[in-house]
Amino acid sequence: MSIVMAFLIGGLICLVGQLIMDLTPYKVTPAHILVGFVTGGAILSALGLYGPLVKIGGAGATIPISGFGHNLAQGTLEAVQAKGLLGAFSGGITAGAAGIAAAVIFGFTMAVLFNPRG
Amino acid sequence: MADNNKQAGPPKKPLTLAEQVKQQKQTYDQQAYQRLADSVKPRPRVVVNALNAFWIGGSISALAQVITLVFTSAGLNTRDAASATVIIMVFIGAFLTGLGIYDEIGKVAGAGSIIPITGFANSIVAPAMEYKREGFVFGVAARMFNIAGPVLVYGFIVSVLIGLIAYFLK
Amino acid sequence: MSAPKRVGQHTIQFANPPVIVATATVVGPKEGEGPLGNTFDMVIDDSYFGEETWEKAERKMLEEAVKMVIAKAQLKPQDIDYLLAGDLLNQTISANYAARSLGIPFLGLYGACSTMYEGMALAAMLIDGGFAHHVVAACSSHYDTAERQYRFPTEQGVQRPPTAQWTVTGAGAVLMAPAGNGPRITHATIGRVLDVGIKDPNDMGSAMAPAAVDTIVRHFQDTGRGPVDYDLIITGDLGRVGHEIATKLLGEQKYDVSKNYSDCGILIFDHERQDTHAGGSGCACSAVVFAGHLMGKLNDGTYKRILGVGTGALLSPTATQQGESIPGIGHGVVIEKL
Repeated sequence: MSIVMAFLIGGLICLVGQLIMDLTPYKVTPAHILVGFVTGGAILSALGLYGPLVKIGGAGATIPISGFGHNLAQGTLEAVQAKGLLGAFSGGITAGAAGIAAAVIFGFTMAVLFNPRG
Repeated sequence: MADNNKQAGPPKKPLTLAEQVKQQKQTYDQQAYQRLADSVKPRPRVVVNALNAFWIGGSISALAQVITLVFTSAGLNTRDAASATVIIMVFIGAFLTGLGIYDEIGKVAGAGSIIPITGFANSIVAPAMEYKREGFVFGVAARMFNIAGPVLVYGFIVSVLIGLIAYFLK
Repeated sequence: MSAPKRVGQHTIQFANPPVIVATATVVGPKEGEGPLGNTFDMVIDDSYFGEETWEKAERKMLEEAVKMVIAKAQLKPQDIDYLLAGDLLNQTISANYAARSLGIPFLGLYGACSTMYEGMALAAMLIDGGFAHHVVAACSSHYDTAERQYRFPTEQGVQRPPTAQWTVTGAGAVLMAPAGNGPRITHATIGRVLDVGIKDPNDMGSAMAPAAVDTIVRHFQDTGRGPVDYDLIITGDLGRVGHEIATKLLGEQKYDVSKNYSDCGILIFDHERQDTHAGGSGCACSAVVFAGHLMGKLNDGTYKRILGVGTGALLSPTATQQGESIPGIGHGVVIEKL
């Protein structure tokens, strides 16, 4: 069941992104979509709106890049509770650390191992 | 179109350089031209694209959910399982990019393969591979963050702002 | 005071029309599979062409095309007075580096995708002016080098909009002489840079169409000719979008080109089968279609007189990112089999 919900929620988030790309002028590139979704996810999360989506959708809400924003926001909020002002700076990046490190390590490894095919 | 094919005697008043340039130019009303171009341009297939983004984005998410379930059943708590899933998904995205498969998925899926974290990995690996010929410092390492850099910059800015707001509202 | 070899305001009429003695083409695998695949001299089976980078592959294609055209004319590199060449890469490195190894006096050109026609017009002037005996005009483009310079890394998973065009991988070379067998260049109408305010770099057909139309109309006015005087009017790489716009714009000026107007970007790929959206583009697009397909048709008598208009979008990634619109240009050349 949770797999079906992940499919639906994840699919819907992507569908919204696709509509934004197709229905707005050409200037909206994939980079803009990623930036928009990460900040959007963080803001929705801080407002308490993304959490419920994660409850329903599981990976369907955490795997889209908006889930990364959610992760950053929640990490920050928790760290502010625990450590105060210092947490505002360290919390988000700490929470996102695993994903970022994985992206850098795997990104670098793949770049060393493979050549683009064109 | 000025009909300046035949020179019918000298002009009464010599034109200024700016006027000559203007007369030379075949000018188009930019808005009217844009309308003409828009009437000719093929539209993106909005419905087909949206459906493809939906099912492919959904499938990537469903796969991630399966991986999460495997991790939780192996005894990880929800948060660690989510982190581990992210790492696995980043690996999958990076690996498929290395194999030259992810861009083929992207042609069909559009946002369906950009928005999932696998797309974030793709946006890191694609330039890193591409610019390997420019060296490991200015090529791979510098170009790696072409798209991922802005994502991290704005993600961090927003998260710190959220933290500051939360701190001062407390 | 008027120049003896000019007609009308902007058109050159050559006194002794220079002859296109030989042409040579090298194309990539995708172009080889396209509808014109059998008109090319050489189809490479890998976009790296045995080199480490695509930039080197592009350069090698250009070198091969130039060497091939010289060999076809049974000449040696030292017989060539000038090499006029260009490409799309920053500082036209393909042409510069190819010229480095060829050792022919070299004039580098940049006309974006119109470079082949710019080169042919200049070569004809050099020859008819008596400044040269043998001139080679050549250019190249490569899908992967253009993609990484102008758009995204090739492995980035992005969707191309339906107006996007596919940069042709290939190189074309044309060898011209004052006399000999082959079609002749009788007229040239040099293009003006026209900007109609299009800013979308994925829609270059719309950006370039008015410049092509401007050149065609000026050519007709200068020469007193019309569409019926040509077996074929062919633009460089307007693609399907630009072709339709150009047809309409010419129609508005009372030139009916519905029967004999085509575009190299449409001819070179089968857009349904090859997923090339609005068609081909790049310097090599008009170059290899002219040097392969059109030369074949001129030599076998299918076409007696054609007006080719090489079209170029004079944009750069920097200008685009800074929000500048895309200027276009079109150089017209009349090629006639006398």
